[in-house]
Amino acid sequence: MINKDLVIIGGGSAGLAAAIKARQEGIKDILIIEKDGNLGGILNQCIHNGFGLEIFNEELTGPEYAYRFKQIVKDKKIEYLLNTSILSLDKGFFIKYINESGVSICHAKCIIFAGGCYEKNAGAINLMGDRPSGIFTAGCAQKYINIKGYMPAKKVVILGSGDIGLITARRMTLEGANVLAVLEIMPYSNGLNRNIKQCLDDFNIPLYLSYTVKKVIGKSRLEKIIAGKVDENLNFIDGEEIEFDCDTLLLSVGLVPNISILNNLGIEVSSAKGPKVDEIMQTNVSGLFAAGNCVHVHDLVDFVTNEGYLAGFGAALYLKNQLKEDLNIDVVARNNVSYVVPNKIKYSSNKELEFKFRVKKPCKNVDIIIKNNDKIIKKVYKLALLPSQMENIKINTTNSPLKDGMITIDIETRA
Amino acid sequence: MKELTCIVCPRGCHLYIDDNLKVSGNFCKRGETYAIEELTHPSRILTTTMRIENRNSKLVCVKTNKKIPKEKMLDVMNEINNQTAKAPCKIGDTAIENILGLGVDIIFTSEVD
Ligand SMILES: Cc1cc2nc3c(=O)[nH]c(=O)nc-3n(C[C@H](O)[C@H](O)[C@H](O)COP(=O)(O)OP(=O)(O)OC[C@H]3O[C@@H](n4cnc5c(N)ncnc54)[C@H](O)[C@@H]3O)c2cc1C
Repeated sequence: MINKDLVIIGGGSAGLAAAIKARQEGIKDILIIEKDGNLGGILNQCIHNGFGLEIFNEELTGPEYAYRFKQIVKDKKIEYLLNTSILSLDKGFFIKYINESGVSICHAKCIIFAGGCYEKNAGAINLMGDRPSGIFTAGCAQKYINIKGYMPAKKVVILGSGDIGLITARRMTLEGANVLAVLEIMPYSNGLNRNIKQCLDDFNIPLYLSYTVKKVIGKSRLEKIIAGKVDENLNFIDGEEIEFDCDTLLLSVGLVPNISILNNLGIEVSSAKGPKVDEIMQTNVSGLFAAGNCVHVHDLVDFVTNEGYLAGFGAALYLKNQLKEDLNIDVVARNNVSYVVPNKIKYSSNKELEFKFRVKKPCKNVDIIIKNNDKIIKKVYKLALLPSQMENIKINTTNSPLKDGMITIDIETRA
Repeated sequence: MKELTCIVCPRGCHLYIDDNLKVSGNFCKRGETYAIEELTHPSRILTTTMRIENRNSKLVCVKTNKKIPKEKMLDVMNEINNQTAKAPCKIGDTAIENILGLGVDIIFTSEVD
């Protein structure tokens, strides 16, 4: 058995940032455990550009962004294991893992979980009809094309207008596939406007809003998709159907934090489906931190990196025994706010707080109101808020210290 | 009056451009530059992958080092797919010089030993 001060599970952007920050804060004994054969996480397959605008003020591709952090990890000689799967993780922080050298156990004083998210697959949505091959997630297609180097499709329909679906639509078109349509069940798209423009409009790929798959047809390989229009209650409208002859249906129907390996630890889960965390990314289990898409799904990697830094900073304070809990505040998302991170505020020494959240439904002309026990501490006007865009609001508590109780986030529409 | 979605950053501003190419709706200066360019000569950065000589299925990621005219994207894709890169590849190094005479190079965006 080996012993480590800090073990980071997952070497994507969150894990790499956490490792770098913890090292900067003086933690020497760090191990990153990564199940893939390469550090960088999902960025390795995101070969498009658009990463790093916030942090580097440059538009990098995913692999370029990842490379910068991988280099720092290597320069700082932070230890990492690749091709290593976690078998179990228990309350005493004994981590059992397997790789080429067999099964090993590592004991950690502190853990940062940065395992990312997974894509909802066909099992998670109700697809009616046959069960042929040719139905898989957009991220899976992205991996086939960008990493494995082969094209899994010729004529494609994409279900769901999230960014991964839009980016894969463009990528498949460039590689010679015919993308017939993107279907979106909601009356609005879940992707960024810029991706609708540069991934769909640029290639004349139609986006059908309020449409979803009504029937899947195909014996061995997918042959046809029947798409149906839905009403405001998401019920099919009779007679409003479109048929697409296609060999592939790509699913881009949502991402979910990947937290199953934390099941035995007794973590509390938030409405973002990740662990509840405090303002330094510590979960309710003392010494267990989390960051990145396993806490809540991000659209911008820059924010993931910053969250990783925060977790690395928090873990270093924990290991140095410098955390003094002197506040007890629950952070609560109300009305049109679907979730908020962090869920707890515990340390009055943190003067700079950042709240990250999403709305449930698009809204316009609204005030975001943050209150501490009914006292308004921040009010921000927004022209429009969309579920596809994470919002973040910073507050500084130097002049008005927070009180125990509640912080609430509300959205109010202006008259 | 024309309307456009800005693609410079994830903010995705909704831009309005009048007949004298006056831009409004943009949050920053880059939106104005984009709008005028988009209406006069739309261009894009192209990112893709390239095969590596003598390395079966191994790929290296590449991009154009400058924007290329939008209508040339598929031609440039074809040309990249017809060529192979030589390993080792370093980020920023040139894979194909002056592709299709456009005055734009294809450069590596990932590393291969
Ligand atoms: C297709 C796509 C397009 C995107 N486009 C953009 C964009 O244009 N611009 C932008 O800024 N952002 C974009 N993003 C968002 C951003 O890139 C991601 O949110 C971010 O990279 C996620 O980082 P992460 O570290 O949380 O997760 P990941 O990168 O997923 O890393 C998690 C890592 O943990 C490992 N892991 C998981 N479980 C275990 C385990 N049990 N044991 C060991 N290792 C484990 C995984 O192998 C992985 O390497 C995009 C995301 C996707 C998916």
